[in-house]
Amino acid sequence: MKRFAQLIQQLELSNKTNDKIAALVNYFNQADNKDKVWVIALFTGKKPKRPIKSALLKYWAIEITETPEWLFSESYSNVGDLSETIALLLPPAENTSDYQLHKWIEDLHDLEGKDDETKKAFILNAWNTLENQERFIFNKLISGNFRIGVSNKMLVNALAKQSSLDSAQIMHSIMGKWDPYEITFTELINGIHVNTDNSWPYPFCLAYALENEPSTLGDIKEWQAEWKWDGIRGQIVKRNGELFIWSRGEELVTEQFPELHFLIDVLPDGVVLDGEILAVQDKNVLSFSTLQQRLNRKTINKKQLEDAPIGFFVYDILEYETNDFREQPLSERRKILEQVIGNLDESPVVLSPVVNCNSWEELAELRQTSRSINSEGIMLKKLSSHYHSGRKRGDWWKWKVNPYTVDAVMIYAQKGSGRRANFFTDYTFAVRDGENLVTIAKAYSGLTDKEIKEVNSFVTKNAIEKFGPVRTVKPELVFEIAFEGIAESKRHKAGLALRFPRILRWRKDKKADEINTLEDLRQLLASTFIND
Amino acid sequence: MALITFTKRGIYCKQGDFYVDPWWPVDYAVTTHGHSDHVRFGNKYYLCHTLTKPIIKRRISEDLNVETLNYGESIVRNGVNISFFPAGHIIGSAQVRLEYKGEVCVISGDYKIEDDGISDVFEPVKCHSFVSESTFGLPVYKWQKQDVVFNNIKNWVNDNVHQQKTSVLIAYSLGKAQRLIKNLAGDVPIYVHNSIANLNEVIIKAGVNLPETIRITPETTKDQLQKGIVIVPPAMRDSRWIKTLSHPVTGICSGWMQVRAHRRWQSADAGFALSDHADWPGLMEAITATGAEKVYVTHGFTAAFSRFLNDSGIESSEVTTKFGQEDDEENKVDLEDIQNQNSEIKNQKAE
Repeated sequence: MKRFAQLIQQLELSNKTNDKIAALVNYFNQADNKDKVWVIALFTGKKPKRPIKSALLKYWAIEITETPEWLFSESYSNVGDLSETIALLLPPAENTSDYQLHKWIEDLHDLEGKDDETKKAFILNAWNTLENQERFIFNKLISGNFRIGVSNKMLVNALAKQSSLDSAQIMHSIMGKWDPYEITFTELINGIHVNTDNSWPYPFCLAYALENEPSTLGDIKEWQAEWKWDGIRGQIVKRNGELFIWSRGEELVTEQFPELHFLIDVLPDGVVLDGEILAVQDKNVLSFSTLQQRLNRKTINKKQLEDAPIGFFVYDILEYETNDFREQPLSERRKILEQVIGNLDESPVVLSPVVNCNSWEELAELRQTSRSINSEGIMLKKLSSHYHSGRKRGDWWKWKVNPYTVDAVMIYAQKGSGRRANFFTDYTFAVRDGENLVTIAKAYSGLTDKEIKEVNSFVTKNAIEKFGPVRTVKPELVFEIAFEGIAESKRHKAGLALRFPRILRWRKDKKADEINTLEDLRQLLASTFIND
Repeated sequence: MALITFTKRGIYCKQGDFYVDPWWPVDYAVTTHGHSDHVRFGNKYYLCHTLTKPIIKRRISEDLNVETLNYGESIVRNGVNISFFPAGHIIGSAQVRLEYKGEVCVISGDYKIEDDGISDVFEPVKCHSFVSESTFGLPVYKWQKQDVVFNNIKNWVNDNVHQQKTSVLIAYSLGKAQRLIKNLAGDVPIYVHNSIANLNEVIIKAGVNLPETIRITPETTKDQLQKGIVIVPPAMRDSRWIKTLSHPVTGICSGWMQVRAHRRWQSADAGFALSDHADWPGLMEAITATGAEKVYVTHGFTAAFSRFLNDSGIESSEVTTKFGQEDDEENKVDLEDIQNQNSEIKNQKAE
């Protein structure tokens, strides 16, 4: 545990990727093999068995520190993390121990089914044995996630460096299905498990946003342009007679989309498709808000199936006839893809069309029409490009249309959580509706740290009312809010809701009487509705 | 009648007709210490600790009319006995004890309990009412002994020196900077920013024993700085100048660094939980030692701390002041000094 605590500390001691990778490599060189498996599991979001509810942890911490519950809550809202709050509240440990990370995890596993008294005794003993940082980690094992700025990519790079294995292969291995209680470190990084597993997807190839003019990319003939669809990126895997649908969040979502299950009879074995899960009717893409009705549901009823029919727009083929095709150029992959998908005429599975253009100017014009077909803009992919793991600069670019924007005034502010726990960072915005202001969006991202401090100071000085953590503030600060879509909403007072609102910039040059009106938004809603 | 009231101008003693740490100009300002949220420009007379006098003259104006007291000394003003006791916050920081017809009130300003090696150590004073800060008035704030923290800082610096990195510590120029200098002085030379060097001169002249440091000038080489410890005030943190150093890594020394969220928020490379304010146990210890029947809680986690005191049987109320506003003083700087130095460096480079 001490070595892992040291790793966490080192990872936090630097903002620089190279330092973090160096710390990880160092760790993988030195640590116990079983511990290493768990570190990979934790950093990629796999959780150990959790036999104790976090509410109980809190309760026991309150009990032994004799902290009133309200004071615990105050502390928690300042610290922003339950595991850390408990670690900080507890008195210094009286003992120390060299017990290893995986041993703690195994012990926790063995607590399953035991009574609360046994569990409590175990936890109190652990708290009294672990230093502050170890204690924090221990609590996290039971109740939290390890979000500490280590991306999968960073982790894989460190493992590749340490093991001299290929990084794409390692990415594959750790993305597959494996059980950290069973697998050994060597098995894991060599990917013993992935070949026998029918379901595993490939790491998605991601694009950077295009910042320069597209003409800087060279000859348009070397590029394939496609529409950028606004749905859920997904992979469809068909192997050995089984079908799996993965979302980009590395989640298996097969059951959620019965419309796509027919593919099990249509696709040949050993095929993996990359594409976008969308709401689709007659091969036309519907708005994201339609798709949203179908997301994160445990069961789906007939009405939902009718109101929001699902389809899949296919971008790419990663595996064909059980062979990994990712090293083939895009132009070759596309040919194969057209063969495989070409005969699915009557289905909601559609080959995402290539946008044919002879010049960048022509493409730029077409891009402006994106919204009319519920597209977000254009994707540019080099015809010679491989299917990379993750984000790589140069071969794939997203060239989105500019978002919708609205000028709105801030009327409520609330303190953030986590690293923003002590600043007012979550704001609610309103537009004008006659004499009144009506709330249209809540947003918390888009300002620089410096601006947040400035807004924070405004809120402190101009708070009118206090409702718990929320402050009503003088409607004075105007912000330009960007958003990706607009939909009718019965839940919101304004009668409409913005999709993915965020602060584009602080309009210090504008006064509150210059903001947009609700009527402006209603008109926008009416115009997008027609396109549905 | 109570000895103090909280007015728009600040903490007021009617019987003695004076203010303590007022934020608007008054005739007579009793001053707990030299941080700018406690002492402001424009008062006719100032009363402060002997060591605070040169500090506020340097920071505010040479023309101030300043009377001084040493710890334990007292004067009488309109029948109110005023005396000073160490607050342990920074050099010259004082708790102000007021006594009138047997009634005793102590205004503690900012304070900490631990001996920091450079300020006179906090001394509990018995009183009927006590004015306390609550900057870190939540039980998650419990400091480690400063030896432990300084060891961590020294290890960090040694690692940096070996890895060819330049260690830059961010510390406000009055207080934290001197504490770092005093406790980090040793084999590694300490380089300080102008604004800190200027204050150091004043403090040394006043008779405080401060280890030797080197003022950063345009002639100071990157190589020298890489092998030393660089201390700069917070406003320099995002400056171009730091980026010109050889592989700079920044470390922030502040009580807020106790919590990971704050460490990330500051986006420094390293955070060390080192504060000149009392931690939770420190606040409780200080308040209990005063035996006060009534505690006024100012700047910090006022609501939570005051509620806890009331629940513990110590009558307490929250008071709104302009102390410790938004930016805690760990962010305070002498902006003018920095601008001066920056333009100086620019000019010299142009030549």
